[in-house]
Amino acid sequence: MRNLLRIIILYHFQIIFVILEVISISLLLNQNNFQKARFLNITHNITGRIYKKINNTTAYLSLKKTNNRLAEENAKLKNILDRTYRSDEIFFFGEFDSLHHQHYFYTSAKVINQTVNKQHNFLTLNKGSNVGIRPEMGVVSPDGVIGIVVSVSKQFSTVISLLNLDFRVSAKLEKNNYFGSLHWDGKDYRKVKLDEIPYHIDVNEGDTVITSGYSSIFPEGIIIGTVSNSEVKGGNFYDIEIDLSVDFKSLVYVEVIGSLQRKEQIELEESGND
Amino acid sequence: MINPVSRNIFRMFILILFQVLVLNNIQVSGYINPYMYVLFILLLPFETPRWLLLISGFAIGISIDLFANTLGMHTSATVFMAFLRPYVLKVLVPHDEYESGTYPRLYYFGFTWFLKYSLVLVFLHHTFLFYVEVFRITFFFHTMLRVMLSTLFSVFLIILSQFFIYRKQK
Repeated sequence: MRNLLRIIILYHFQIIFVILEVISISLLLNQNNFQKARFLNITHNITGRIYKKINNTTAYLSLKKTNNRLAEENAKLKNILDRTYRSDEIFFFGEFDSLHHQHYFYTSAKVINQTVNKQHNFLTLNKGSNVGIRPEMGVVSPDGVIGIVVSVSKQFSTVISLLNLDFRVSAKLEKNNYFGSLHWDGKDYRKVKLDEIPYHIDVNEGDTVITSGYSSIFPEGIIIGTVSNSEVKGGNFYDIEIDLSVDFKSLVYVEVIGSLQRKEQIELEESGND
Repeated sequence: MINPVSRNIFRMFILILFQVLVLNNIQVSGYINPYMYVLFILLLPFETPRWLLLISGFAIGISIDLFANTLGMHTSATVFMAFLRPYVLKVLVPHDEYESGTYPRLYYFGFTWFLKYSLVLVFLHHTFLFYVEVFRITFFFHTMLRVMLSTLFSVFLIILSQFFIYRKQK
């Protein structure tokens, strides 16, 4: 016992250091959802990889059927898409008309807090579940795409910004409808990257990039920005740099978009994957 | 002369406010985020008990975290830095030992010593902080570049502040 005490006194500096580090790291893991998710990812990585391997091989068997089903459903959704409209009412507002199926709802909200100078940027809006905002709704400004709602309280909602290393959205070139995956590389708050555009496509400086609507979070055709630089970098894909049309440093009012048929599309897509 | 404890606490508040209100809003070309609040740890007297060093690091780190909404990130980095301070001081000792009555200041030990001292500790702090922030290995070189540029900028601010504030304390 006395020896133990002596060791504790002798090494108190190291022991306190370890205790404080453990406290702060556990704060970090509990508080920041992102770090928490990364932590869990490490363990899920191993099991997930095995499942993916199995899934990859079995998915081929039903690929053709799934493709047809999705193409049909996409055509149907695109027809419906033309009939979206926006309203500036405070509450989400639906019109129940037997001839027109409304696809998207809009409501306006004010940005009350945001950052642009971190690697994982978020915004806070002044409206929450009390006006019907729910996670996974899209957020746009008149100038273009802003982000996606991640969590809501009664009065507020937090939005994962386009300027976040974890943010991905499906986007396409307006002139020829080729789509790719849009993400931020953490460097400049005015520029984002577009991947997965095959190299045989003609891409010019100044081409407009818009949302594809495939994710059903954003309607099709919302502007994101213009191509500022493109080069083929190894492989078969372009490395495209995009100037954002939104100035994140001067955001005040944004619009939140709710999709009425998102649930249906997700259910369908997931049933197609099985 | 005000007593050293209240002087250090006063300095801590000033540095937290300066960091949160001014420096957190500065961003140069996406690479440089200066964190000058670590100056507080650098300037603690030599006689500070080592456990108090860690507690001080924890206190200032968690205050910055509470403002920046990143609970645990700055805390872990600053505790890490406070832990390394005695070892860095031991390596950098100018003669045989630090004389009593002196403080780790530019004024007492000269420009080169202070530059080395702050550069090493700020670099260690920033490395820990930026890698915890990114929390992945894929952006290794990009993060390294941010660490280096931010370190240079923070050290520049720290040394500048020494010239402005401590020159008259003779």
